[in-house]
Amino acid sequence: MENIEQRVKKIVAEQLGVNEADIKNESSFVDDLGADSLDTVELVMALEEEFECEIPDDQAEKITSVQQAIDYVVNNKK
Amino acid sequence: MPLKGQVALVTGATRGIGFAIALELARQGATVVGTAINDADAERLSGQLGDAGVVGRAIVMDVRDQEQVDAAIDLVEKEYGAVGILVNNAGITRDNLAMRMKDEEWDAVIETNLKSVFRVSRAVMRGMMKARTGRIINVTSVVGHAGNPGQANYCASKAGVTGMSRSLARELASRNITVNCVAPGFIDTDMTKVLDEKQRSSLVANVPLGRLGQPEDVAAAVAFLASPGAGYVTGTTIHVNGGMYLD
Repeated sequence: MENIEQRVKKIVAEQLGVNEADIKNESSFVDDLGADSLDTVELVMALEEEFECEIPDDQAEKITSVQQAIDYVVNNKK
Repeated sequence: MPLKGQVALVTGATRGIGFAIALELARQGATVVGTAINDADAERLSGQLGDAGVVGRAIVMDVRDQEQVDAAIDLVEKEYGAVGILVNNAGITRDNLAMRMKDEEWDAVIETNLKSVFRVSRAVMRGMMKARTGRIINVTSVVGHAGNPGQANYCASKAGVTGMSRSLARELASRNITVNCVAPGFIDTDMTKVLDEKQRSSLVANVPLGRLGQPEDVAAAVAFLASPGAGYVTGTTIHVNGGMYLD
């Protein structure tokens, strides 16, 4: 669990070019971390690669915060 | 060799303008994968590319088939690396007067010339976004700007690609991906060989430069848009038409 959280935050930091220390679980990608719509698409792509899964578009649209990304990975890991 | 280390995908590369583009991008140093619609054409194209000393090969990819497109892009990525230059060149005509045009003629042209350009572009976008660079070059037509009797479907498809390119240019610019069009006029290819001598001479009479264009004339414009020198050019159209239509 801890591990997934760290991996998600690392990806968010890399993709959005923000400091890992500034990323909180409740951080919203767009409102708090300055992501634009293209960034959020890329973020989902990066999560798919990191966790070797395919996130359907209707699910991807609902992942708008760090916690939601963590939850998705936890609930859908193989 | 300005395109050294780049992987270019050229759709509809078996003849005419597409073939000339494949050769020119290779001459500029790119690894070139040309698509053909069936095995026989792909085999012939592979031979021709090989004879010309091109690094790369032909693959079978029907641009109308999403599965084939995805599989082909996957294959190219595994074999050569991510596609950095996409040239959407494959296209068809089904000419008819509007009052006689069948739905099938309309749909076939829109499917191949417009939707397939979107389909293939979407498939290479992921790789280009990750690479933070990319060039999408769409071969359109002078008639998409000027109109032409008997080609409502073809003109609509080409004008559609022009609008789509502008939209993609804006959408992808922040990732350093440029999207442009090259609009050929009357080029000496199989598509225009069907015209008789009289039709040809009346066409040429409307071309200020006084000749039909050659596929190489179009290929040179595509090569420019693929080159590092065109890095600040996006969302536009280069007309290669001998002056027959001035935007």
